Amino acid sequence: MLLIHCPYCEEERPELEFAGAGEAHIERPKNMADISDEDFEKFFFIRENQKGLVYERWRHIHGCGRFFNAVRHSVSDKFIKTYKAGEKKPKLTKAEIEAVLPPAKNTPANEPVYTDGAKQKG
Amino acid sequence: MAQSKRVEHVSTSTENTGANRIAGKGRLSPAKTVSFTFDGKTLTALEGDTLASALLAHGIHLVGRSFKYHRPRGILAAGPEEPNALIDISRDSARRQPNVRATVQTVYDGMIAKSQNRFPSLSFDVGVANDYLGRFIPAGFYYKTFMWPRKAWDKLYEPVIRSAAGLGIAPKEADPDHYASRFAHCDVLVVGSGAAGLTAASIAAKSGKNVIFVDENASFGGSLLSDSTSRIDGQSGQDWAKNKVTELAAMDNVTLLSRTTAFGYQSHNMVNLVEQITDHLAQPGSNLPRERMWQVRAKKVILATGAIERHLVFADNDRPGIMLASAAQTYLNQYGVTPGRSIGVYTACDSAWHAAFDLKKAGVSIVALIDCRETVNQDLINQANELGIKTMVNHAVTSTSGRLRINSMTVQPVNGENKTVIAVDCLLMSGGWTPSVHLFSQSRGRVKFDAERGIFLPDVYMEECTSVGSCNGTYDLSDAIAEAATATETALGDIGAKARKAKLPKVEDSPSMHGFLIGAAKGAGPDDFVKAFIDFQNDVTAKDIRLAVREGFQSIEHVKRYTTTGMATDQGKMSNMHGLAIAAETLDKPIPEVGLTTFRAPYTPVTFGAFVGHAKGDLFDVTRTTPMHEWAVDQGAVFEDVGNWKRAWYFPQAGEDMHAAVARECKQTREAAGIFDASTLGKIEVVGPDAVKFMNLMYTNPWDKLAVGRCRYGIMCREDGFIYDDGVVGRLSEERFHVTTTTGGAPRVLNMMEDYLQTEFPEWKVWLTSTSEQWAVIGVQGPKAREIIEPLVEGIDLSSEGLPHMSVREGKICGVPTRLFRMSFTGETGFEINVHGDYGRSVWEAVWKRGAPLGMVPYGTEAMHVMRAEKGYIIVGQDTDGTVTPHDAAVDWAIGKKKTDFVGIRGLKRKDLVAEGRRQLVGLKTRQPDYVIEEGAQIVEDPNHPVPVPMIGFVTSSYWSESLGHSIAMGVIDNGHKRMGETVYVPMKDEVIAAEICSPVFYDPEGGRVNA
Repeated sequence: MLLIHCPYCEEERPELEFAGAGEAHIERPKNMADISDEDFEKFFFIRENQKGLVYERWRHIHGCGRFFNAVRHSVSDKFIKTYKAGEKKPKLTKAEIEAVLPPAKNTPANEPVYTDGAKQKG
Repeated sequence: MAQSKRVEHVSTSTENTGANRIAGKGRLSPAKTVSFTFDGKTLTALEGDTLASALLAHGIHLVGRSFKYHRPRGILAAGPEEPNALIDISRDSARRQPNVRATVQTVYDGMIAKSQNRFPSLSFDVGVANDYLGRFIPAGFYYKTFMWPRKAWDKLYEPVIRSAAGLGIAPKEADPDHYASRFAHCDVLVVGSGAAGLTAASIAAKSGKNVIFVDENASFGGSLLSDSTSRIDGQSGQDWAKNKVTELAAMDNVTLLSRTTAFGYQSHNMVNLVEQITDHLAQPGSNLPRERMWQVRAKKVILATGAIERHLVFADNDRPGIMLASAAQTYLNQYGVTPGRSIGVYTACDSAWHAAFDLKKAGVSIVALIDCRETVNQDLINQANELGIKTMVNHAVTSTSGRLRINSMTVQPVNGENKTVIAVDCLLMSGGWTPSVHLFSQSRGRVKFDAERGIFLPDVYMEECTSVGSCNGTYDLSDAIAEAATATETALGDIGAKARKAKLPKVEDSPSMHGFLIGAAKGAGPDDFVKAFIDFQNDVTAKDIRLAVREGFQSIEHVKRYTTTGMATDQGKMSNMHGLAIAAETLDKPIPEVGLTTFRAPYTPVTFGAFVGHAKGDLFDVTRTTPMHEWAVDQGAVFEDVGNWKRAWYFPQAGEDMHAAVARECKQTREAAGIFDASTLGKIEVVGPDAVKFMNLMYTNPWDKLAVGRCRYGIMCREDGFIYDDGVVGRLSEERFHVTTTTGGAPRVLNMMEDYLQTEFPEWKVWLTSTSEQWAVIGVQGPKAREIIEPLVEGIDLSSEGLPHMSVREGKICGVPTRLFRMSFTGETGFEINVHGDYGRSVWEAVWKRGAPLGMVPYGTEAMHVMRAEKGYIIVGQDTDGTVTPHDAAVDWAIGKKKTDFVGIRGLKRKDLVAEGRRQLVGLKTRQPDYVIEEGAQIVEDPNHPVPVPMIGFVTSSYWSESLGHSIAMGVIDNGHKRMGETVYVPMKDEVIAAEICSPVFYDPEGGRVNA
């Protein structure tokens, strides 16, 4: 069970208090009614869903009720940080990323070798 | 028979705890005895015995039949890794648990133990025929053989296979015990209490940090408890451990938990423990939970989980009487029991030599000590010679004999053929040790392979934990203690504790654990046609692994699933390394390239009770009831579950079935009046200067022009344009809306509203409050509704002009504040009286008192469903399924055509959503007026079409309409709106029903009644 830092309550609380709310930083177009099919597809259907660093939304539903964002490594499940809704994607340092990477060395051959999602993104 | 035997025993000794007890050995007191039964026979044990030690004391090795071949099986181990000795343990008929490992079950007075998977008896089992057919039951046998004919699988193959294979029988009675659960936080959690664990716990405790210290066994001390030679600071291992534990027990910051298994390692350093509380007690207090589940969040976890000895893979290595050398040592040194009187030892590891020495010193005959290694440490050989033990180095045991127990072993030189048959009544074996990296691996750490020693070791850590002692490959006692001390000091430093450098104790004479063999031993190679077991619990042999590889399985995960090796309840604690080595050898690849299978929680089996904890019976789930619930109970209502709500379904009168009750409730409501508890409706108060803007966003409808005091039926879509929820919304002031949602939809609607408000439009001044439980809602519907409530209402003009259909007023009813809605879900003149929940019951009763003499009836959700269907009102989730747009449901009039934005506006413009011929909601009238179609039935165009018949839609709602005198239905049909009057067909099991497509509004289509 994850331990999640709510940026509003400023507390680490067990995952039981939270509800996941999908990928973060997908902004609803201001001219919603007029966007193209391609833009609607991007907005509504396409998700990164990648193995590696993910930016995701959580709601502290059994707490303060606020939505907020988080950066987590989807393999190690470690959070780099959580931040309030509306704040920009945080710049991550190399040290911060390395601290959440799952081990890759001496991996038995049939185990997937994990890569750094941030690097994949370029 | 059993009776007379017992009498005989009593006459020779009052405390016959078994012929194989060795006086002066073990830590149990000979003065304290308990009695139990095994397969109906009464036996006496010493208090503190495990079932395994008690049985062995009486010379009983045979305790079960194997899973697939029904081969006789004995006790193999002395700890939780035991694969064979699975026993059914009970106190009484309800308190019975199958598949309990005899090696961890403490015997208590009155315990009933029964062997499993044998028919008709343990010593004679007809299933053993499988053993002789073994060459025809190779790996993957079931997959290959029972494929055809398909139909025989359900009726013949599966039932026969299931009854022949398998372990214990699950209890049928409800479990009368209760179980506890607890969350805990600590600074340091130490798992395992051998020398390394004790050292770690002791250092962590002295730093003042909070420590939880757990061990799965009854006593702390780990392998020290079975070690007869080591001296730590001049004390025996047992005394040293005892002193450490006494010290820890006296400290306030330490929680000591024995009989507690750390079985799961979850993300972010959460470790699951299960504590056994009463399973070893003869008469547990009724206030005690049987087990307690702990969820511990630790800042640091120190894993001192030890190592597990492996068996050796040779022909017929599974006869009762063959066991792990370390197990024999444990039985002797802890329980004072020898597993045999003339014992052979077959090993690839030094540790078995020490076991042999201990037994020999205790007066047990060691017939021969066979070591398959080329050379062995001369000190061991000298010691064996001194004790008079015959040693055969560079030799191997290549077969055994004995039907229900081993009676001889055949020994050959490793590089020769000369066979020597040696009579034994017990054979101890050791293939070396496997570090217990289970929890480490569950924590998603990565292991590395140490080829020199044939072990996988913790390498890269993912969680805040550290491994010490033999689970980290540090077998030497002195090194393990030093490693534990250093690692604990580092861990404490990481969490900001001051740890004084501990003084390390002086360790002498500790036994060696050097040497190993993984894979098949001599005589079980690719060319030998023998049963050399790798996995005892699932009956997997060396040749099964080779066959799987020959058949093309290359990944160890696939080999595992195909052969089922390591998939039994013991999760291959003894077998995994052997299976891996044989697969690697057959593939001609190094072991790390073949890989290690993933370890998963639970480490050992955990009862369902422990997981369930308190969440059973009334506490299983929340039950939500309305303020008027008890009134409905008193009226004899039948209830249905709607989400967590209990809703009155119908109110049967004497002699009425559901059909009759619903027909009467509908008829009476339409003719006079009905009263309905609508309190479960979701309610959200939307307030603020931007409330109307917000409503415009969330609902398809336009809200700007909705006058204060008026209501509107609102439709809410998702961004993709499909209907998400609906409900009537009343405007109480310019800035205040009273929103209702479906009963089940309230939380998700509020969540969606909050999401848009908080993350897309945070600058809007709107406040959302859930008021579902604050308002009790009393629906009064029917031509006499107004007459009934009028005298109770103050300050509201109830006339058609004063309070027209779809309007809301605030005023008083029965002297208490109300929001009175004029609305209808029945098609009759209707009111929904909202009052504070606390007044719900008294207002309800006042209305009832007025209405009953005027012919008003209470009606339930079924009549409500019928009456709304008669009017063609949809129920979101019943007539819609997440692929239905407002157009499809023919409620597109609720879309604000001039609006520039609302949730779903863009989705609704998608090509597929505006295309002609979509599946649309229509009414259905059966040609046979009294036939009620089944809801969910498929609709076809041409019933004579050859199979497969194309499906053009399905029935979503279907009822008998008492008011109309015929059945009514709604369904979704391709291009339905343009097919009015067409006939479609509903194929049922025995007949095909013809139905005409019609408008879904069956009753009062002009709406004269609702506006009256």
